[in-house]
Amino acid sequence: MKPFQTFRSIFAVLGAKNIDTDQIIGSDHLKITDKSGLGKHLFSDWRYLADGTDNPEFVLNQPEFKQSRVLVVGDNFGCGSSREHAPWALLDFGIEVVISSSIADIFSNNSFKNGLLPIQVSEQEHQFLLQHSGSEITVDLEQQQIHCADKKFEFKVEAFARYCLLNGLEQLDFLIGQMDEIKKYEKRHFKELA
Amino acid sequence: MVATIYEGIAPTSNESVADTLFDKVWKRHLVTAETADTPAILYIDTHLIHEVTSPQAFQMLRDKGIPLRRPDRTFATCDHSTPTTKPNEQGEYQFHGEQERHQVEQLQANCKEFDVPLYALGDKKQGIVHVIGPERGITQPGQTIVCGDSHTSTHGAFGALAFGIGTSEVGYTFATQCIPQRKSKSFGIEVSGNLNPGVTAKDIILTIIRQIGIGGATGHVIEYFGSTIRALSMDERMTICNMSIEAGARAGMIAPDDTTFDYLKDREFVPRGKDWDCAVKDWRQLYTEPGAIFDRKITIDASSIEPMITYGTNPQMGIKVGEKIPVNNEQQALDYMGLSEQQAMIGQPVDVVFIGSCTNSRISDLRDAAKVLKNRKVASSVRTLIVPGSHEIKQQAEQEGIADIFVEAGAEWREPGCSMCLGMNGDIIKEKQFCVSTSNRNFEGRQGKGGRTLLASPLTAAAAAVTGRITDPREFI
Repeated sequence: MKPFQTFRSIFAVLGAKNIDTDQIIGSDHLKITDKSGLGKHLFSDWRYLADGTDNPEFVLNQPEFKQSRVLVVGDNFGCGSSREHAPWALLDFGIEVVISSSIADIFSNNSFKNGLLPIQVSEQEHQFLLQHSGSEITVDLEQQQIHCADKKFEFKVEAFARYCLLNGLEQLDFLIGQMDEIKKYEKRHFKELA
Repeated sequence: MVATIYEGIAPTSNESVADTLFDKVWKRHLVTAETADTPAILYIDTHLIHEVTSPQAFQMLRDKGIPLRRPDRTFATCDHSTPTTKPNEQGEYQFHGEQERHQVEQLQANCKEFDVPLYALGDKKQGIVHVIGPERGITQPGQTIVCGDSHTSTHGAFGALAFGIGTSEVGYTFATQCIPQRKSKSFGIEVSGNLNPGVTAKDIILTIIRQIGIGGATGHVIEYFGSTIRALSMDERMTICNMSIEAGARAGMIAPDDTTFDYLKDREFVPRGKDWDCAVKDWRQLYTEPGAIFDRKITIDASSIEPMITYGTNPQMGIKVGEKIPVNNEQQALDYMGLSEQQAMIGQPVDVVFIGSCTNSRISDLRDAAKVLKNRKVASSVRTLIVPGSHEIKQQAEQEGIADIFVEAGAEWREPGCSMCLGMNGDIIKEKQFCVSTSNRNFEGRQGKGGRTLLASPLTAAAAAVTGRITDPREFI
């Protein structure tokens, strides 16, 4: 994973509440056995018309938003299924940060593991961002700050996930580094290993 | 109002002197405790896997050149992409497409390469992962259980801490049998009193989700307790814990009791003889101590619960079957569903009825459906698909004569699998069709692009199959 660096991008808004992982990536696209090429299926039921052409009304199809690296989304984003295909699809499309007033647990967990940063802001800040689609935003994970227009919003990211993102580390390597502790635990916990 | 909400009565459960059930199971599995800088390392007793969320995790092992650490604690089955039609005379399964076939074959190859036991397609013990875990006695009280599937919360019905994980964490568990985890908050949901006739576990959980909302338990582990919960069978408890995730919860748990032990005794993977006695003695310690404090708590009066039906595009959008769709709803959801505010759901015509999924495909669910369908026919306008959760359940239903009731009523009696819950195997509904489904999610397009899902209990689904429209199931019992 590459280290997460501060960047500036315009952001798109997808303001519907409770956007579930079936909407992010439908179950038709879970049949792959690798992680590649999911970006073209991101939000596919909304993004494409019945004949398969782009729906011009969908925000990410509009030319000014095609390069957005940040998506501001409605409350309770990513609820539903545990499919990690959801962050894979967002990243493959080019989205590196999602911002909402609340983000579902499993989706958040999955995002961190892949270098997608989920940011939770207050209701008030969320409202401000929802109303400023197309503005430029700076995302600074080191300082845990967002800059948008003349506003500065603070956010909190779980310390370990933040450390791993900033340093481009895989959480798995940390776990593997704890193998002695894991073996000791197994000796304590399981009679058959005593 | 069916519930009272007490919030903010305690800062965090960590500061409570007495332990909750969740506290106890959590503490037992701490390899290292959490600090400000690092999450806890949580040991995983049992890892369940299936074909959809595991292939990329096996690849992680290959990329790192490391073995799968505890194949003895890993169990595989295929359920999502599998056909629910019978194999042909040559024993060949008719997959929906090559991708589905490849996914199932890939799981077989991966399990062989990494020595993981697999309940393969055609195996008499194969079925939906959350059905066969308990059925085989793999699921046991006090365990930590993970699976790359959000409905892993089902196993919490046994007093296990069980939750869904993504593919990365499937890989972590393969590699280390552990995952990094911050402790969730606790949420006590007390359900007390007697259920009225025709009211099922599905109606309890749909009532809870309507009340607290689909994000209402985000960041929490729910414990369900109270006299109503105590009186439920294991099948019913599983239905409730299964849908904990539909309120955003990390997990749902129910303290084990004699009902749990009676269910588990003599199942394939549970201890025997003296070991069984020791296990039960230990499992009896798994309850929330008097005086333990939940971060949040609600109480629900069971007598106020009625059969439920959803009308919208998430499980929170449900009403008592006799109610009208409330006003001030999300218009996008109603437009998608082709329904309007103030409309009654009773009488709404339906095209498809699906009875199955990890929520409601167990033998007691099928018995409920059979009660309604016995000596009746499904409406000619309705396609009725009944999909048992496992081969064992299928066989039992056939022995009990339930399968005959379904076939005589005109329903399709299928092979086990996830089937129309998410339609990965080609069992889908068509655009704008209404499907009364005993599954867990009514999201847009979940059962097929443009399809309209109405979640309900097996009783309510079977009643709709007979009349061809939404019907109060109490008319049939």
